[in-house]
Formats: sequence, structure tokens, C-alpha cells
Amino acid sequence: MIEGLTRNAARNVFYGGSLFFFVVFVSLTVHSHYYIVTQSTDSAGLNESVRHGKEVWEKHSCINCHSLLGEGAYFAPELGNVWQRYGGLNNPDAARAGIKAYIRIQPTGVPGRRQMPDFGLSDEELDALVDFFEWTSRIDTQGWPPNDAG
Amino acid sequence: MKYETQKVAYPFFVAALLLFVAQIIFGVLAGVVYVFPNFLSEAMPFHIIRMSHTNLLIVWLLIGFFGATYYLLPEEAEVEIHSPTIAYVQLGIFVFAGAAALIGYQFGIHEGRHYLEQPLWVKILLTISFLMFLYNASRTLLNGRKTAISTVLLLGLWLAAIFWLFAFYNPANLALDKMYWWYIVHVWVEGVWGLIMASLLAYLVIKLTGVDREIIDKWLYVIVGLVLFSGLLGTGHHYYWIGTPAYWQPIGSFFSALEVLPLFAMVIFAFYMFWRGQRDHPNKSAMLWTLGCAVMAFFGAGVWGFMHTLSFINYYTHGTQITAAHGHLAFFGAYVMLNLAIMTYAMPHLRGKLPYNQMLNMWSFWLMTAGMAFMTFTLTFAGVIQTHLQRVMAINFMVVQEDLELFMVMRLISGVIVLIAVLMFVYALLGRAKEQVPAEGAPHIAPAAAV
Repeated sequence: MIEGLTRNAARNVFYGGSLFFFVVFVSLTVHSHYYIVTQSTDSAGLNESVRHGKEVWEKHSCINCHSLLGEGAYFAPELGNVWQRYGGLNNPDAARAGIKAYIRIQPTGVPGRRQMPDFGLSDEELDALVDFFEWTSRIDTQGWPPNDAG
Repeated sequence: MKYETQKVAYPFFVAALLLFVAQIIFGVLAGVVYVFPNFLSEAMPFHIIRMSHTNLLIVWLLIGFFGATYYLLPEEAEVEIHSPTIAYVQLGIFVFAGAAALIGYQFGIHEGRHYLEQPLWVKILLTISFLMFLYNASRTLLNGRKTAISTVLLLGLWLAAIFWLFAFYNPANLALDKMYWWYIVHVWVEGVWGLIMASLLAYLVIKLTGVDREIIDKWLYVIVGLVLFSGLLGTGHHYYWIGTPAYWQPIGSFFSALEVLPLFAMVIFAFYMFWRGQRDHPNKSAMLWTLGCAVMAFFGAGVWGFMHTLSFINYYTHGTQITAAHGHLAFFGAYVMLNLAIMTYAMPHLRGKLPYNQMLNMWSFWLMTAGMAFMTFTLTFAGVIQTHLQRVMAINFMVVQEDLELFMVMRLISGVIVLIAVLMFVYALLGRAKEQVPAEGAPHIAPAAAV
């Protein structure tokens, strides 16, 4: 299959083709950037609290146990839809209280059950984190996850 | 070893091997937590173990690539390394930064995006070291003969450094954060690292088979062309469900399915050249790792990647143990085995001995490969069950996890086997040289003839 091709032709196809696909890839991500900012996420609602919530999320590296929109570790539950799972669409106050209470009682210490550490989050940090989850839950993810189990 | 400065590679390989052992120890610890969830839950919670495991992997693979580059560059360029001093300083910075990050993690000092947990100052040190390496290697290349192998290798390493710069960009918008995060992670392992892999394999194949460079070069360009033609737009398979447009579903499905082609081409390439080659190289274990790398990369990255890459399948499997299965075998086949192949080839030259401890090295090959394969099977079965129960039947995550316990026990056992194999490998390379060549491969070729 390769006999008809000279070394230099192969090299030129590699450089030319790679450049072409690189330009296509970057162009599509530029468009995706625009799409994310204008359509699939709530840019206007990305307030101080949501930003702070993302910082809390990162400070404690939650992603190394949980997944968020399916990415992360697979040791603990998906949190991209934790807002829906706690009934946030129908009763936001109860969902907020429920998520905060759940984080506060960790670690459970139950033998044989995976333990989440106590990160000592303040009430303000917990609220910011919940705001971040709520904001994330409204990202247009093309219908993923398939159900509330995440 | 024709060139004096090739010995620069030696401390790189030693550092890489030691960090490899540490990486696998953290891996086994994580495996223990899956079986006994209360283990270390206070002293070293799971997220710390996991970031130690993944960061050590990246750091030692990169140190291995640096060492491999310093080893082959003088032979390819036919000149000495521009500055061995820069090389040693650069290694020192890299190891120091990696070790500082690792120790900091144990005290909860880290950032929060996976694989990019290093504190900012560590990221800066890693970047400085990487740039020193690129300067040193590029100067060496420009001083001498520019072969296809060394050019493609350095292109891969330069692009890896450039895409790494996205680690410094962390937008507040989560969807943007995720989209550019893959600029590093996917474009590295399924893009530009493919150039590093193909060029290092081509180097090994030339050395071990003696096949004409003209033929090897042509294959190399075809393979790396396929890598980037499929791999760049193949990034789309990470853009299905994170807030990116729907057109990524057909684009990502189509191009990431094609990512199997370069991996398959590497298998054909390696076996065809060994079949064609006339040279009976005494380093049989290097040959085993080289062929093994191509084969396991094809299964781990190619077959296991294809298994869940189509968007309508990924809709159900995304973020389950299927991903873990693929990730483990892909990294092992493509990049771990690649590093072990080049170390197995280079170490006898660096230590000035005949190929040695070959039997132990080959035993470690089979044990490690079998262990990783078994681990992948157990995680795959766990992932299939998880996908069905959680994604189809909508059963709660933690309830489903309890049903996976049997697989996690078997995964732990395979992890322990891998650790034993790794220790055997390290001893085979760094320990006392006992055997010279395998029994049937009597030393009818002097090592000097087999450079």
C-alpha cells in the first residue's frame, strides 16, 4: 500500500494535512467557545458566588473522587445533576438545605462505606458550592446524563 | 554507545523508574480503598491517593521521554548533546518540582483540576525545565544531521510543551474550562504524544532490525499523519456532553473511530519490520517490549477506546468504569511500555554491559502485561454492569458500586501482580547483572556490532 509513495511525499502529506486539521479543529473550538458563552451556559448568571463555588470545588479537588458532567474520578457520585437529584427544580430551598446537610455530616464513619472527608467548609462556602452546582445543572449538555442517577 | 553524552540519559531513566515504582504503590493503595473503603480514609483520603497516582505517571513518563531523547539524539544527529549541564540541571528542577508537588499533596496543598493539581509555582518550574530541555535538544538537532525520527520526536515534544500552556488558563465558566482542559489532556495523549511514540518506536525498530531508514521514515510519516488527522478532530469525543455544540457528536464519533488506524498501522509496521529485518539483535527483551508496546497500545487505546467512543454509546458509558478500564490499558500500552522498551534497549549500553538479566526482564514483561490486561478485563466487566444498572435502570450510584465489589477485589489482585512485575523490571535494569544473554541466544554477536 505504501510502495507508490515516496518519503518526501509522505512527509509533505503529514505536514500539510496536520496543518489543515489543526486549523479546522481550532476554528471549531473558537465557534464552540462562542456557543458556550452565548447559548449553552448562563453567562449572565455566572456571578461572584458561582465563581467562588468553583474555587471551593477546586480547592478541595472534589474532582478526584466525584465526576462533574461525567469527567473526573469514578469513586463517588456524579454532581453535574446533583441539583436535580435533590429536587432543586421543584423546591430549591429544600435542595440547598439537603446538599449542605449531607456535606456537613461527612465523614459518616460507617464501616465498609466510602468515606468523604470533612473539609470544614463555612456556611458561606457551602452556599457558594451549591450555587456552583445549580449553575452547572443548567448547562445544556445535549440531554446527558440519561437519568437522575447521574 | 557511540557518543559520550548519551550517558546523560542514565539519571533520567533511574529517576523515571523510581517514580514509576511510587506511582504503582499509590495505584495499589487506591485499589485497596475500593475494597476496604475505611482504609486510610483519615490519613490519606482517596482524592490525595488518586492525584499522587496520576501525577507521578505523567511526571515519570515525561522524564523517560527526556531521557530517551538525550539517548537517541546524538546517534541520530551524529553530534554530542549541546550541553550535558543543562540536561542535569533541567532534570534536577523537574524531579524537585514533581517531588515537591507530591509531598504537598499529602498535606492538602494542591489545585483542583484533575492532572493539573500542581500548585502554580510547580507548574512554572515544570515549564522552565521543559523549555530548557527543548532548547538543549533543539540546539543538538540543529548542530547535526536532521533525521525524520529526531525531527518528528522534537516536533511532538515542542507541541506537548505548547499545549501544556493551557494549564495556566482556568476560565470561571465550567464549560469553557472543560473544553480547554482537553486541549492539554487529549491533544497530548491522543495527539502530539503519538508523534513521540511513533518516532521512538521507529528508532527502536531501526536499531533492533537493521531495516533501511528510507523505508522506516516513510512509515513514520504515514503513521504520524494518521495520528494527527484522526486525533485532532477526535478530541470531539470529549465534547459530547459538556456544553459544547451538538455537531461534535458526528465529528467526534467519526474521527475518533479513525484513531484506531494509526495504532493498527504501528502494529503492522513493527511486526513487518521485525519479519523483514536481517539483524539478530541479542537484546531480545527490548524486542519483546517494542512489539508488546505496539500490540497493547492497539488494544488499550485503539480497541478499548473505540468501544465507547461513538456518541450514542458514550451517552450511556461516559464516566463509568469503562473509562477507567480504557485509561489504564491505553496509558500502559502506549506510553509505559514505550518507556520500558527504550530503557530495556538503552540500559545495557549505558551501563557498558552485554544485554543482561534478560530472563528476569522478560518475566516482568509477561507478568506486568498479564496483570494490566486482567485489570482491564475486571474494570470492563464492572463498567458494563455499572452502565446497565446506573444508566439504563437508573439505580443509585452507591447502590450500584456495592454490586461491583467482586471486580474491585480482582482488580486489586491484578494491581499487586503489576507492582511485583514492576519491582522485577527495576531490578533487571538497575540491579546486579547476573545473566548475559538468554540460553538459546548464545553470544554469537558482539555487543559492538549491535548498536
